[in-house]
Amino acid sequence: MWPLATRLGLRSWLGWRRGFTSKADPQGSGRVTAEVIEHLERLALVDFGSQEAVARLEKAIAFADRLRAVDTDGVEPMESVLEDRCLYLRSDSVVEGNCAEELLQNAHQVVEEYFVAPPGNISLPKQDEQEPFSDN
Amino acid sequence: MKGGRGRHCGVSAALKQGQITPTELCQKCLSLIKKTKFLNAYITVSEEVALKQAEESEKRYKKGRSLGDLDGIPIAVKDNFSTSGIETTCASNMLKGYVPPYNATVVQKLLDQGAVLMGKTNLDEFAMGSGSTDGAFGPVKNPWSYSKQYREKRKQKPHGENEDSDWLITGGSSGGSAAAVAAFTCFAALGSDTGGSTRNPAAHCGVVGFKPSYGLVSRHGLIPLVNSMDVPGILTRCVDDAAIVLGMLAGHDPKDSTTIQDPVKPFTLPTLTDVSELCIGIPKEYLAPELSCEVRSFWSKAANLFESEGAKVIEVSLPHTSYSIVCYHVLCTSEVASNMARFDGLEYGHRCDINVSTEAMYAATRREGFNDVVRGRILAGNFFLLKENYENYFIKAQKVRRLIANDFVKVFNSGVDVLLTPTTLQEAAPYLEFIKEDNRTRSAQDDIFTQAVNMAGLPAVSVPVALSNQGLPIGLQFIGRAFCDQQLLKIAKWFEKQVQFPVIQLQELMNDGSSVSEIEKLASVSLKH
Repeated sequence: MWPLATRLGLRSWLGWRRGFTSKADPQGSGRVTAEVIEHLERLALVDFGSQEAVARLEKAIAFADRLRAVDTDGVEPMESVLEDRCLYLRSDSVVEGNCAEELLQNAHQVVEEYFVAPPGNISLPKQDEQEPFSDN
Repeated sequence: MKGGRGRHCGVSAALKQGQITPTELCQKCLSLIKKTKFLNAYITVSEEVALKQAEESEKRYKKGRSLGDLDGIPIAVKDNFSTSGIETTCASNMLKGYVPPYNATVVQKLLDQGAVLMGKTNLDEFAMGSGSTDGAFGPVKNPWSYSKQYREKRKQKPHGENEDSDWLITGGSSGGSAAAVAAFTCFAALGSDTGGSTRNPAAHCGVVGFKPSYGLVSRHGLIPLVNSMDVPGILTRCVDDAAIVLGMLAGHDPKDSTTIQDPVKPFTLPTLTDVSELCIGIPKEYLAPELSCEVRSFWSKAANLFESEGAKVIEVSLPHTSYSIVCYHVLCTSEVASNMARFDGLEYGHRCDINVSTEAMYAATRREGFNDVVRGRILAGNFFLLKENYENYFIKAQKVRRLIANDFVKVFNSGVDVLLTPTTLQEAAPYLEFIKEDNRTRSAQDDIFTQAVNMAGLPAVSVPVALSNQGLPIGLQFIGRAFCDQQLLKIAKWFEKQVQFPVIQLQELMNDGSSVSEIEKLASVSLKH
């Protein structure tokens, strides 16, 4: 009835189980401290917004930790599947452009040909100066 | 069950012979789009543009100067491809109202061939997800939820109070494109494929979902998710159509330096009659315990089919398979963290009202613009890219990626022509079941057979095989060698002919059954006798 199953045997099934996501994931190793949260929020300019999001990150880290089991001694990192080829570079000559007006149309705040940004070099307030988590 | 596809005249031939005009065809598809609006497959329907394009096409046909097989053919494009003058949202609040000033190269190529753009299809926000349920415009419903084949089986089970509460997902993230093609509202659609986003919904919606080799088709204008894995995907109702579209899209693009420079010519897919020279590989690690019995059975039958026709069918090993989903998770979130950094509200897209400082403005814009899934991936990616984690997570994952890619190379070097695997673990799930787990968990589960292909940059195609006991489509996946896309499609076409997947019967849901059956007659672009 299942010729393939009997051909493939039990061993691969067991090997598979070890790597697959199961509902019994450990919650995470508590790696996501308040410091880490603040650091990530500044770097990403995206806030967690809730305790749930932190829990999700912990799960994501626990999931990624499974890579430790792989032996990668002597293996070079692979950045692109096209690493053996020479990528094409265009010649450095202007062939298109002059579309400032079109591009400016997509921005909310524009003055003449400038995009308007609020003042820079002002850090976000620190964690303790902010409100505690509120669900958005 | 014999499909109705085999005996009808292809639509391309019908246009050439004047049996139908591009305008009539366009209007039929527009009408179908309106009738199937509840599927939520389209975010934007570009009615005016489409009618204008159809008119131009008609003029060309009258002069006997059609541009080719795609002239006048309605197509749809996933809403993460830039389309000039047409809103492109990626199903996100971040890009609501964003109108690109240019066409993605693949869109331009299709328009240059005279294709008629019906609209932009729905997806998971920024193509992150495997259900097409997490977009800002709501989830996409699988047309098979309303098919006669499914409904007949359902009558044996008790109904819920609300008839429509048990609709099924399309899979994702290119669910809108898959649904648009499955419901006959267009003849081909573009999707994107980063971890299986074209093949997964193709399997759930009973259509062909083709992922080309990385580097074959330009990504210029495809709003990027993972630069080293994204490819534009093609969804059609038959393999021949996918080959036609591929022929028009493949080739070097000076605007995308990751496209290879080898010359590529449009081709007509030859018909394979003899598979005895082929060697089909069955990766043993893909026999997951979560695989449904039905999918396993169809997979087994398919292997037996090849064997009975003389092909060599052997078991092969891809030893790092169980780590590939983890590796994908790390690389994907890391690249996403980088790619999403461009959305800050200054030059395009949503902008919040805060003007205290640039940082505060960026942070609030991004909080308002992105949904939880996107934000979760950005944060995870940034975590993996932190100085103290970079080596142990990102570099480690890149090393594991090489091991995975090498697994495939070894297998193909041992004489295997093509791998045969399931596409999904099971048939399309009901939406209410699907949302019980979060997006990351679902993606990890559903991408299991598809994402290793993206990591290795190989071509792959999901072909609908048969209906499950519930009357829902099951697809199987073929994986080919890098840049042997034509060979892969040739084999897929042979297989498609053997299995004769049935046509979806949607007459029930149309008030006027005639429009669907008319379209069914023109079910594919290519000529079929």
